[in-house]
Amino acid sequence: MAQTSETSVTRGAHVQHHFVDSDQQFESSKMGMWIFLVTEILFFGGLFLGYITFRLWYPDLYIMASEHLDTFWGTVNTIVLIGSSLTVAMAIRSAQLNQQKGLIINLCITIALAATFMVIKYFEYAHKFELGILPGTYYTYEGIPHDLANIFFSIYYMMTGLHGLHVMIGIGLMIWLIVRARKGHFHSGYYTPVEVTGLYWHLVDIIWIFLFPLLYLID
Amino acid sequence: MATSDSSNIKKLQVRRFKPEEYPEKSYLSEEKGLWAWMTTVDHKKIGLMYLASITLFFFAGGMLALLLRTELLVPAQSFLAADTYNQIFTLHGAIMVFFFLVPSVPAALGNFILPLQLGCKDVAFPRVNLLSYYIYVIGAIITLTAIFTGSVDTGWTFYTPYSTATEGSIMLMTFGVFILGFSSILTGLNFIVTIHRLRSPGLGWNKLPLFLWGLYATSIIQILATPVLAITLLLLTMERLLGIGIFDPNLGGDPVLYQHFFWFYSHPAVYIMIVPGFGIISEIISTFSRKHIFGYWAIALSSLAIAFIGFLVWGHHMFVSGQSSLANVVFSFLTFFVGIPTGIKIFNWIATMYRGSIDMKTPMLYAMSFLFLFSIGGFTGIMVGALAVDIHLHDTYYVVAHFHYVMMGGMVMAFIGGLHYWWPKIFGKMYNETLGRIVCVTLFIGFNMTFLPQFVMGSLGMPRRYFNYLEQYQAFHQFSTIGSYVMAVGFFTMAGYLIYSLRKGKRAPSNPWGSRALEWQATSPPALHNYDHTPVIIHGPYDYHRPMQEFQLGIADSHNGHDDHPPTDPTIKTVEADK
Amino acid sequence: MNRLSDFMLPPARSTYAAEVDALFNFVNVISLILLLGITIAIIYFSIKYRRRSEDDTTPLITHDSRLEITWAVIPLILVLITFAWGFNTYLTTTTVPDDAYEVRVTATSWRWDFQYEEGQTSVNELHVPAGRPVRLVMISNDVIHSFYVPDLRIKMDVLPNRYSQVWFEATEPFESQIYCAEYCGAAHSNMLADIIVHSQEDFNTWLEEGDTIDESLTPAELGQQLVDRQGCLACHSTDGSRLQGPSFQGVFGRERPLEDGTTVTADENYIRQSLLEPMSQVADGYPAIMPPYTSLSDREIDSIIEYLKTLE
Repeated sequence: MAQTSETSVTRGAHVQHHFVDSDQQFESSKMGMWIFLVTEILFFGGLFLGYITFRLWYPDLYIMASEHLDTFWGTVNTIVLIGSSLTVAMAIRSAQLNQQKGLIINLCITIALAATFMVIKYFEYAHKFELGILPGTYYTYEGIPHDLANIFFSIYYMMTGLHGLHVMIGIGLMIWLIVRARKGHFHSGYYTPVEVTGLYWHLVDIIWIFLFPLLYLID
Repeated sequence: MATSDSSNIKKLQVRRFKPEEYPEKSYLSEEKGLWAWMTTVDHKKIGLMYLASITLFFFAGGMLALLLRTELLVPAQSFLAADTYNQIFTLHGAIMVFFFLVPSVPAALGNFILPLQLGCKDVAFPRVNLLSYYIYVIGAIITLTAIFTGSVDTGWTFYTPYSTATEGSIMLMTFGVFILGFSSILTGLNFIVTIHRLRSPGLGWNKLPLFLWGLYATSIIQILATPVLAITLLLLTMERLLGIGIFDPNLGGDPVLYQHFFWFYSHPAVYIMIVPGFGIISEIISTFSRKHIFGYWAIALSSLAIAFIGFLVWGHHMFVSGQSSLANVVFSFLTFFVGIPTGIKIFNWIATMYRGSIDMKTPMLYAMSFLFLFSIGGFTGIMVGALAVDIHLHDTYYVVAHFHYVMMGGMVMAFIGGLHYWWPKIFGKMYNETLGRIVCVTLFIGFNMTFLPQFVMGSLGMPRRYFNYLEQYQAFHQFSTIGSYVMAVGFFTMAGYLIYSLRKGKRAPSNPWGSRALEWQATSPPALHNYDHTPVIIHGPYDYHRPMQEFQLGIADSHNGHDDHPPTDPTIKTVEADK
Repeated sequence: MNRLSDFMLPPARSTYAAEVDALFNFVNVISLILLLGITIAIIYFSIKYRRRSEDDTTPLITHDSRLEITWAVIPLILVLITFAWGFNTYLTTTTVPDDAYEVRVTATSWRWDFQYEEGQTSVNELHVPAGRPVRLVMISNDVIHSFYVPDLRIKMDVLPNRYSQVWFEATEPFESQIYCAEYCGAAHSNMLADIIVHSQEDFNTWLEEGDTIDESLTPAELGQQLVDRQGCLACHSTDGSRLQGPSFQGVFGRERPLEDGTTVTADENYIRQSLLEPMSQVADGYPAIMPPYTSLSDREIDSIIEYLKTLE
């Protein structure tokens, strides 16, 4: 390719061929992520709708079944996730300020918090499995005097399971960011992936902030 | 935004860039080879890969339809067993809806044309674009596996509890369609960002071609509705895998809830299919009338209005489902408001033709067929939106005929019209005009023969999805079947002359129809990166009162392309363009 | 107008059918007028304004707000009339009169069972009086079905987890067709039943005496009639072809492998038990879906056995 364009001299290496400049690329990526988050909200929105429908039909069921969820560990998890939202915001700040070390440290803390969340979630699940509180037709627990207790827990597992899957994807994305950060890809002129991953992570956090009271704090 | 300039006009140094006729190099001649195609991020090649895939599925779905129609020549069994018949109509519906209609215009034609009309080199996220194609392929493979490893006989709607009770590989199929949804979401996301962020200098919202307004409205529906389909199918998959009981009445769930979930996506999906078709019709009618589109804003905004109202009417599929009477009344009321923007479009298209210079070329002939057939689809839609009448017509052949008039008479006619319209641009070859017109007339006749009788037998009481039927309906069924054969002949002839045009067709000029829209200022076929300059737009795409050279401007010192050839017109001037 | 209506609609035999038909005709006529207008405009413009030379120029007409508002408002008025009309008629079709005669309807794949206020039952034959409102209370034993009688202009889904209802008042005695309109599997299109509307006296007689058996029939002929009426043929062929259940052809006296691995001879007792307790002896390789036919009398069962013997 002949280097005929004057503009190409001023383009950073990170700007893809079809964008005019770095700004356009940054704005596009950010908008793309926002739209993606809208689709995520509608995806979970479907589950919330199912949740609300059954709650309107069977309010007692929800109160009874909710008592079998561990509010203490749920609260801990909420705090853990809110903390991770803070650290991911700090990671973006570090990238903006060219602080590569700060970026990597903040990302590592975020991953650690996300992992903590998953470990706690694992113990919650394991405890329920032991009791026989399994999803769908595998439900065998007899401690809840309601015919449809299995449906509450099906909804519980669908919601927290899909949310957990999103946490795992977030962990994957942040590992990828650390790899790229170590190679020195990010600087104040280009930190788009950090920014959009941060947006994603905030959404994962917000969904949990809705799930927590809806599932754990009913009375 | 980077600048804080309060003025909405900026001055640009431009010169004329006349497209090179019969270029030696194009996107087709560069980056050749299977591997280059499979890993390409070029929107044009991805568009072509989609085009090939949906053509394949259209062919498959069409053959299944012929099998169904042939079986229906006589009541009772002739050559298909009842189970087989039920599986075939399920496949016909699922393939046509999920694998053909939804991706057809946006992912195939839209992918190709959208960046050309915006004057940019690619969509905003080229790799995501390729990813969405592969998601489509994976979804298709999973669904096909479902078909070959077991049977699916639920109808494309997968209504519970039948879909949770029946045997077969329903889980695999719903999972395949679930995967497919992400392809649609990513395409919509890509288009919205591209339209917002990658418009050429001067291309304001008021100069956006109506095809792009159509795609924009469609993309909004895609990103808002498809996630709900995804969660619905995921819940259904889990229902079969674990028995989570949300939709299965045997476990305490509610089948009507499933229908709400399903139609919340699947009604807006109807507009995902038809709204980009509206865009194509606007382009074709304006071009072949060589006249400014009548009521630009009315047509542009009515697409958005349809997208919006389309989200509020899903319950009209459920008038006899057992939902509350109040819900029925509300949904019926809202349904009628879809008719208004749709009517405005039809009247504005016809008004565009008034005092035009009408050239009845093949694409225009398809647009005229569209107007007639889609109007019938719309009127019968009003009929089935009326509560008391729908009680009688629901789930009969009347409804079958109605949605075929909308989907096939509307959407497929628009798609084929668009394919012929942009064929010279896409492949740089002309097709046989005479054959094109003959086939259009054949399809028009065959289509009406197939589906007009279905209105009559439906209102007489023939329910749909019937393998066996009473003898009183036989004459209608036979007429309908003959019509479907006529259509088949038309489609095969079309395949013949289009393939011939690819191999031996005359080379196409850059702007064979004399259109003012930007995509015709690219070469035919376009260069690898679309334009070798940054186009500057100072007139709207329908300003036929302006001379052609004013549509061929580009930033004077821009030369983004790989191919270095001298400017065709060295005069540089300054123009004012919208921001 | 009436001709179009006669061609497109089945006979109107419920009190509100004429009202539904009037709306159907109204929408049809308006649509045809508009469609004709659109078609004429397209053809006229295509000819009058056809391209005469490549240098044709066209006037710049961008829009006309008055015109556009006109063709938004007129359709709006038309659809609002359609809505109001449809709504009004819908109210009539959903408001059940208090004195309605009640019939309970149970749908099972692929059979309709009817139970009357006086305790009588019938299979695949709904008997109702003319000139009196009838309310059907319906439930399904398995998947969703839909109760559809074109002549009465009624249709309603039959759900497995709740009761749904429709009502109608037949204007005169007649016999017509009941369809299942919601896809329910392999024999969906065979899930038919008859509706027999009697005069009030005939209906009372029917309630007292039940189906009169034509005494001139031989047992085998009676069996054939029963097999037809009870809807057996939805799942069992008489020509050896495979449907949801085993074919009746040559079934009598043959060794039959069962689902549990044992084999029985299809003698009189086997057939009797298959009718009364179908789940006890499910034929190998066929789905266990047959509902019990406990309403059959001994004489009717005997006739069916005699009929099966004739199917060599």
